[in-house]
Amino acid sequence: MSELDSLYREVILDHFKNPRGHGVIADPDAQAEGQNPLCGDEVAIMVEFDGDTISDVKFQGRGCAISQAATSMLMDMVKGRTADEVASMSRDELLDEVGIPLTPVRLKCALLGLGVLKVALHKGKGTPLPEEWAGLDELDLR
Amino acid sequence: MSEVAVTAKPGLDARRVRADFPIFEHPVHGRPLAYLDSAASAQKPRQVLDAMRDFYETSYANIHRGVYELAERATDAYEAARETTRAFVNAPAAREIVFTRNVTAALNAVAYGWGLDNFGPGDLVLATEMEHHSNFVPWQYVAGRTGADFAAIPVDGAGELRLEDLERVLAGRRLKLLACTAVSNSLGTINPVPQLADWAHEHGAVVVVDAAQAAPHRRLDVQALGADFVGFTGHKVCGPTGIGVLWGRADVLERMSPFELGGHMIRKVTVERTTWNEIPHRFEAGTAPIAEAVGLAAALDYVSGIGLEAIERHESELTEYALGQLAEVEGLRVFGPPADRRVGIVSFELEGVHPHDVAQIVDAEGVAVRAGHHCNQPLMARLGVAATTRASFYLYTLPEEIDRLVEGLVRARTLFR
Repeated sequence: MSELDSLYREVILDHFKNPRGHGVIADPDAQAEGQNPLCGDEVAIMVEFDGDTISDVKFQGRGCAISQAATSMLMDMVKGRTADEVASMSRDELLDEVGIPLTPVRLKCALLGLGVLKVALHKGKGTPLPEEWAGLDELDLR
Repeated sequence: MSEVAVTAKPGLDARRVRADFPIFEHPVHGRPLAYLDSAASAQKPRQVLDAMRDFYETSYANIHRGVYELAERATDAYEAARETTRAFVNAPAAREIVFTRNVTAALNAVAYGWGLDNFGPGDLVLATEMEHHSNFVPWQYVAGRTGADFAAIPVDGAGELRLEDLERVLAGRRLKLLACTAVSNSLGTINPVPQLADWAHEHGAVVVVDAAQAAPHRRLDVQALGADFVGFTGHKVCGPTGIGVLWGRADVLERMSPFELGGHMIRKVTVERTTWNEIPHRFEAGTAPIAEAVGLAAALDYVSGIGLEAIERHESELTEYALGQLAEVEGLRVFGPPADRRVGIVSFELEGVHPHDVAQIVDAEGVAVRAGHHCNQPLMARLGVAATTRASFYLYTLPEEIDRLVEGLVRARTLFR
């Protein structure tokens, strides 16, 4: 398998073409949006809670296949988990799921959705923003 | 597609030119490098690398205040580079040439040095929607700091300035400064700078021209442009990084405050007050990019030796060829004007494939293109896209490299279908 085929493997293209959890939640409990200024990826995430549990999560966005596919995978991964669990979720957990080799630039694409989700949880539940989150200063925290 | 439409005319044989550039001896992903990103930075010929190495090995010392032989030689080399640069841009005097870190530093020097002193409430500072952020953000910021208004000349659907909107944008305000690029870094559009400069001067404004994308590709004549300030950067003209040029009309430079303060830029320092050195030294605080100036001079000699007219012709043939080949790719949309009104820069979008994915897919074949907003967010907003893929050409570009790009684009379309 060539490097390219492994990067754009079928599951990535599938999530890009048929994103899971794509859409809006009317009157969400928390939401956040963020951009990756390197390639102009945009992701907005809305969250609904049942107590501390994420009962529903949806995203909207536009950008490269890596950013949108990784956010789509993230939606599948976090539904039903608590805000605390997701706030402490490591980037590697998502990257394992994405499962492709990424250069530092493309890493920012893949991790955009996770960063935005953590900002939303921070705004909704006061969970900590991870210090190691490299893209934090690029995100809209207002 | 492998039909080669571009034939080398007398004056520029791109294949021979490439032999001067060591980078092309190194394959990328097992393929010969097709470097289509010269608008971001040009590759370096051996002549530039040798000049810098030779300078470091035989003539290096800090400049200006040393009285020993080596310091004299280094100072001579640095000031000779200033004279080479003067000739390259056809400036009236070498004292009008300020060496800076890059074009961003050149533009910031004017924004802070001239703008802070001269802008105020009721004034208008005018840029264009196609400016690189380096010729946009400093003006927007300094206008804000001084209470002046800031506006941008709009761009039309073809990626050209809407000159018919000039008076509407002005809206009766006092025009203090016009900041305009000579060539769009995203679209390659060549702007009518002399015409704009005349208009701005009629309104009493100072004119600042970003020539970063013009200097590498066509003869730059600061007097013909009719501007008051012109900036360009060394690394896009085959020179080293870390050096740029600010040309300013002597009478304007003489009235301009320094932006960076420190060593060398002073005449006399006491606890009570400091007075400034003469131009251009007033604007060159601290140890200068000495070897970089030597490298820049070698680069300017190199491109002048090949001939700016020959480079311009080579690139316009490549651009025409590229626009023709790209038009054949299904789902591809090229931004910007026709080949005769642009330099060798082509931005496009491929339906259904994000520019970053396009760039990554063609990279696997050794084709280097840039993807993103190209530091042109207001222009991207006007074009209605978040980003584009950009291919840019220079004196070493071959038509078959454009073929390889097109093959990669077809592959990307197939992958994302």
